[in-house]
Amino acid sequence: MAAHLKKRVYEEFTKVVQQQHEEIASKKLRLTKPSKSAALHIDLCKATSPADALQYLLQFARKPVEAESVEGVVRILLEHYYKWSGTDPSTSLRYTCSGKSKTDQYPKYKENDASVRLKIASLLGLLSKTAGFSPDCIMDDAINTLQNEKSHQVLAQLLDTLLAIGTKLPENPAVQARLIDVACKHLTDTSHGVRNKCLQLLGNLGSLEKNVAKDTEGLATKDVQKIIGDYFVDQDPRVRTAAIKAMLQLHERGLKLHQTIYNQACRLLSDDYEQVRSAAVQLIWVLSQLYPESIVPIPSSNEEIRLVDDAFGKICHMVSDGSWVVRVQAAKLLGSMGQVSSHFLEQTLDKKLMSDLRRKRTAHERAKELYSSGEFSSGRKWGDDAPKEEIDTGAVNLIESGACGAFVHGLEDEMYEVRIAAVEALCMLAQSSPSFAEKCLDFLVDMFNDEIEEVRLQSIHTMRKISNNITLREDQLDTVLAVLEDSSRDIREALHELLCYTNVSTKEGIHLALVELLKNLAKYPTDRESIWKCLKFLGGRHPTLVLPLVPDLLSTHPFFDTAEPDMDDPAYIAVLVLIFNAAETCPTMPALFSDHTFRHYAYLRDSLSHLVPALRLPGRKLLSSPVSPSITPHEDPSQQFLQQSLERVYNLQHLDPQGTQELLQFTIRDLQRLGELQSDLAGVADFSATYLRCQLLLIKALQEKLWNMAAPLYLKQSDMASAAAKQILEETYKMEFMYSGVESRQVVIIHHMRLQAKALQLIVTARTTRGMEPLFGMCEKFLQEVDLFQRCFITELPHLQDSFVDKLLDLMPRLMTSKPSEVVKILQATLRQSTFLHLPLPEQIHRATATIIEPAGESDNPLRFTSGLVVALDVDATLEHVQDPQTIVKVQVLYPDGQAQIIHPKPSDFRNPGPGRHRLITQVYLSHGAWTEPCQIEVRLLLAYDSSTRISRAACLDGAEALPLVENSIEGTIPFSKPVKVYIMPKPARR
Amino acid sequence: MPEIKVTPLGAGQDVGRSCILVSIAGKNVMLDCGMHMGYNDDRRFPDFSYITQNGRLTDFLDCVIISHFHLDHCGALPYFSEMVGYDGPIYMTHPTKAICPILLEDYRKITVDKKGETNFFTSQMIKDCMKKVVAVHLHQTVQVDDELEIKAYYAGHVLGAAMFQIKVGSESAVYTGDYNMTPDRHLGAAWIDKCRPNLLITESTYATTIRDSKRCRERDFLKKVHETVERGGKVLIPVFALGRAQELCILLETFWERMNLKAPIYFSTGLTEKANHYYKLFITWTNQKIRKTFVQRNMFEFKHIKAFDRAFADNPGPMVVFATPGMLHAGQSLQIFRKWAGNEKNMVIMPGYCVQGTVGHKILSGQRKLEMEGRQILEVKMQVEYMSFSAHADAKGIMQLVRQAEPDNVLLVHGEAKKMEFLKQKIEQEFHVNCYMPANGETVTLLTHPNIPVGISLGLLKREMALGLLPDAKRPKLMHGTLIMKDNNFRLVSSEQALKELGLAEHQLRFTCRVHIHDTRKEQETVLRVYSHLKSVLKAHSVQHLPDGSVMVESILIQATAHSEDPGTKVLLVSWTYQDEELGSYLTSLLKKGLPQAPS
Repeated sequence: MAAHLKKRVYEEFTKVVQQQHEEIASKKLRLTKPSKSAALHIDLCKATSPADALQYLLQFARKPVEAESVEGVVRILLEHYYKWSGTDPSTSLRYTCSGKSKTDQYPKYKENDASVRLKIASLLGLLSKTAGFSPDCIMDDAINTLQNEKSHQVLAQLLDTLLAIGTKLPENPAVQARLIDVACKHLTDTSHGVRNKCLQLLGNLGSLEKNVAKDTEGLATKDVQKIIGDYFVDQDPRVRTAAIKAMLQLHERGLKLHQTIYNQACRLLSDDYEQVRSAAVQLIWVLSQLYPESIVPIPSSNEEIRLVDDAFGKICHMVSDGSWVVRVQAAKLLGSMGQVSSHFLEQTLDKKLMSDLRRKRTAHERAKELYSSGEFSSGRKWGDDAPKEEIDTGAVNLIESGACGAFVHGLEDEMYEVRIAAVEALCMLAQSSPSFAEKCLDFLVDMFNDEIEEVRLQSIHTMRKISNNITLREDQLDTVLAVLEDSSRDIREALHELLCYTNVSTKEGIHLALVELLKNLAKYPTDRESIWKCLKFLGGRHPTLVLPLVPDLLSTHPFFDTAEPDMDDPAYIAVLVLIFNAAETCPTMPALFSDHTFRHYAYLRDSLSHLVPALRLPGRKLLSSPVSPSITPHEDPSQQFLQQSLERVYNLQHLDPQGTQELLQFTIRDLQRLGELQSDLAGVADFSATYLRCQLLLIKALQEKLWNMAAPLYLKQSDMASAAAKQILEETYKMEFMYSGVESRQVVIIHHMRLQAKALQLIVTARTTRGMEPLFGMCEKFLQEVDLFQRCFITELPHLQDSFVDKLLDLMPRLMTSKPSEVVKILQATLRQSTFLHLPLPEQIHRATATIIEPAGESDNPLRFTSGLVVALDVDATLEHVQDPQTIVKVQVLYPDGQAQIIHPKPSDFRNPGPGRHRLITQVYLSHGAWTEPCQIEVRLLLAYDSSTRISRAACLDGAEALPLVENSIEGTIPFSKPVKVYIMPKPARR
Repeated sequence: MPEIKVTPLGAGQDVGRSCILVSIAGKNVMLDCGMHMGYNDDRRFPDFSYITQNGRLTDFLDCVIISHFHLDHCGALPYFSEMVGYDGPIYMTHPTKAICPILLEDYRKITVDKKGETNFFTSQMIKDCMKKVVAVHLHQTVQVDDELEIKAYYAGHVLGAAMFQIKVGSESAVYTGDYNMTPDRHLGAAWIDKCRPNLLITESTYATTIRDSKRCRERDFLKKVHETVERGGKVLIPVFALGRAQELCILLETFWERMNLKAPIYFSTGLTEKANHYYKLFITWTNQKIRKTFVQRNMFEFKHIKAFDRAFADNPGPMVVFATPGMLHAGQSLQIFRKWAGNEKNMVIMPGYCVQGTVGHKILSGQRKLEMEGRQILEVKMQVEYMSFSAHADAKGIMQLVRQAEPDNVLLVHGEAKKMEFLKQKIEQEFHVNCYMPANGETVTLLTHPNIPVGISLGLLKREMALGLLPDAKRPKLMHGTLIMKDNNFRLVSSEQALKELGLAEHQLRFTCRVHIHDTRKEQETVLRVYSHLKSVLKAHSVQHLPDGSVMVESILIQATAHSEDPGTKVLLVSWTYQDEELGSYLTSLLKKGLPQAPS
């Protein structure tokens, strides 16, 4: 041990020293304080023209400056600033540069030196942002320069610098007051840029508590809001925008805006410039949130309304603005105005139709009426929508001041950005108001037919979110279900999700939904799972509506026995899923089942247990469910079974090897089966099974006869042991990286297993190779790993009593000094003696899985393309329980010639439809030389891992210092999806 | 007084042969030059003799603007330019220029070849006429001559439809042509900036209608087609070749794509192919969706829609056929209709209005037995549907456009008088602007108040700006200066410079006023009180107390003397120059109110 430690220390020492040496050298070059400012100074003095000086400054700006030298640099910059400005030669200091006198420099630069000053000013701003530097010392200088400056651009830049300084010193009221003073002084500047910056300064630094300022006499309290408000009517739209933004900034900083601003802001809504209107909409929204209950008068009448209602009306009006930027802004903000009264809210969906001055009902109203009158199909006559009563011409108000029809317009907008914003807003408002939800349903349903998929998807999601508040009418359901035929999988799945949560009002509705879903199933068989899941919820939610449909659905007949349906038909399974889930809460339903239905139930309960609930079946049918009533519900029997079988394995210590192996085999088999049956336990079961398999392999390898014989004789048979070692290694990586929810306790065990595998590898190599040279390296490496293990998992070591590593660490001093052959011997003995470690199970563990949906791999038509060129293959896969798939999931393409290609999908190719689920939709580019005939390539998904990340994470958790792990990190990939075969045919290029 | 005169030669309280004469600041512009569908005699074209009895029209018109390619907006153009005679520029957008001759040629063929009319324009005339056309881009300002400029805005309606702004100096008018404020499947919505024209000439086809959302309409249409096709029936959609046909094609095409349908869709060939070609080319004129996706795939390159052949009509199985013409009165659509009418599984969808007397109108009004030529009785068993797809702005849309453009006056054309009346009343009521609706041949004269540009020196402007501290938006602002009218232009200069230029000496005008104040204290104290009072009231001005015992407010002098007779009354002497009149009079009125009763 001591020797080992000594060795290590020596190693570290040499390494570290070398590195430090380099670093110091580089530091010296770059960052030492005197050299920095001096170099700048010399550079600037050397500059003979503004362009030169600008170049130097630009170069300078690229390098960082440390906090303590900032001030020096700033002084130099300022000095040069005066030089370039030529306004204040008296302040210039002595120049160390020789050869050039000032007098011949000035006239040359005077014309176009503003750019240099601009750069200096911006540098000042950058420098004052340096962490650890307190910029109050340069504030005075900055303000002084400001007073002498003539160029508007430089002025604006200097104000920006002041802003940077001010934001760095938020706790200093004196500084703030001073800066605000400066800002107010320059507000009257003729350049919009300067005024913009001043307003920005006011917005960012304007005092929060007015009382504080009152104490300081002489400085009259500056009402920042009033000053900013005055600039709402500036002649330049950019300044107006800046003023509104400054006001919003004040609000963000916690200052309560005055209600008086509201009227000013309302006037800005009719501004000519879109950016002003857009900002004004925001300001109005802020005010409506601040003073929702104040009362404002309605112009041209004596009535008064709540401010939030008034603001709501005004923002609604902006939904039909001329600029789409404003429309998006307005539509978005509408969603967050929850306090608005329902009367106004409902107006947003109102649009009075008329035709030739006669009142006409909307298609929505007609549909509703048809529905309530009991007629089913819509009238197929011309004039079905014929206008009814005459309208009083005076009463029609074509441009309402209120909220009328805002959403009707928003949802019909030309730009899909506006439509999406409107849908989102509808969603938010409907969530807070059930009655509104009911009303907006028709409009949302209409959006299912939008021309842009994104909008359709968004409206389906919205509908799902508000589905608690609504019940779909039959005609609405009809429209919803029509979308089931959409060719986009995203849309269909979103719709299935929606149907899971939908309330349907009639049994016809349920029937309709079922029929459409079955149609969907026939058209897109890949949707099977999703449709079954959807029917599960649909059945569970509407047991009483399903009940009258049962005989029909099962096509039972009161007198005749009907043919038994095909059990493997997905459509029949779908029907059964619906019925069984409804039967769970409807005890009378099973009476309607025929015999084969019960048989099918038993089968489905077993094969699709996640979709079919346990039913209380009457009489003898009870035998189909093994659940005895004595078991308390919270003690899940399968969970118990898992625990028991694992305990059984862990309890065996000194059984005969044969028995152990058999028991392990059985347990592994049991666990695998359990995983298939109980999807919620699949992760745990697989995880434990994998661990047991490792153990089994290890035992088997150690049982090999090879150990008993002389080394040279077993070259051939040793294959088995080394293969076992290799497999164990692979499995341990799988255990470590393929499961989510693995905790550090498990990681230790996994690493321990890996260590054992490595020991095995070492032993096998030692037995099978002649000569000692290669062994030296291997031994050393192995010992390093043991050491690393010890350091990484020092806190966990007490749990590893009596294990391989425990024993090994005891023997460490001996191992360090002994020869490789001896080491191998010791290892062999320890490996045999060590006990089987108990693998504690984590709370939640899930195996990462991936299914490639597309390519389906069934096509007989090869994908033809010209050799040497590229063909794009669409890949569509679902990933479950993969953390951070953007970085670790790769696509592998295996060509028949053994050539493998790994493709990294773009991060944007991953979508996240639900927690723990991801969807990869990407394109893989294939290319190959010409083939004579079509052949299959394999596409699969890989999980890339990097062992260093996990260990260093563990190390950090344990509080140990970062370790030099670089040489130990092993990067690899685990295939985690079934490979899919794609038939391709690269044709030779035609000449 | 400057004025704008508008005379509709067509489309005044009427739909058809749009032709509006506008004279604005001495420039004469003709907006649109259309034909009337309803007449076959002289009334079908506008009466150009109104402009001049004899002599070339070129001398009387500065330019002609065509808003879009519909024949009721451009149908009379070859007649006007070649037969009546006009050689000046004709402006239209690029798509209109491309498609317009196709339609004109078609129109000519029907009138001359089918109806056998003579004295009609020839193909060569159409070509010659199109040579006079100048194409414009959207938002491009075209200088017609030194003073007249025009600018096109997007109008929706059909491909290439535009609204035009006509501007002379500071006077301007906007002509909308036909436009649509709601986007459809292939075109966007009309848009105009806040150009604040003196006059907005807008169409008013749907002046009294507020339409339902287009989504319901589309959904109904798709649902009907889908159901029929699923039943194995055939769908016939009679359309006119251009405009709505493309919208319906896109609608069906995307629906087929989305729903993965396999039934074939056919389009009867002819005009349409040429037109579709132009739709493919002018992608920038279409809506957001098509513009954004055309790089992947041009939406007008239909995957599911194929050319129709006569023989296909007898094919078994479901299909959808677009056939011309739209009212089922002749041609291919009628042939197909006769073949399919007997089967109740089939369906015919009429996407537009049908004129009385056509087969389309008969079946829509519920007639089930039709008498065809040759005494045949055709029994109609197929389903008959009506869907209104129209691309005009409804009443709300018109109001929205008026709101966007903020005109001073509105003039309604292209609509029925009765409906216009309603809209006119609404516009006047809600926007408080004048609204006109002249009949054909009736002239409307509007007075305008054009701005007169005056030159001002920057120095003076800055000096005067500096006086007001607070920012002021585009409000009128009081300025001091001298207006010089010389050499046919106006200049505003500072008074000093004016004096210099005119060689005059400056005279000072000073006002002096006495204010009596009842104050028993000494003069100095009174002065002090006045000083402190003014100081407290006039915070924004500089108030000084001079050592000689007088008070200066800016440049106004205030002195106090004791009254010669009554020592209890002090006389305040206030003196100010003419330039300070405002402040001076304010000050005297302030002092006349008396001093506040100070506590000390």
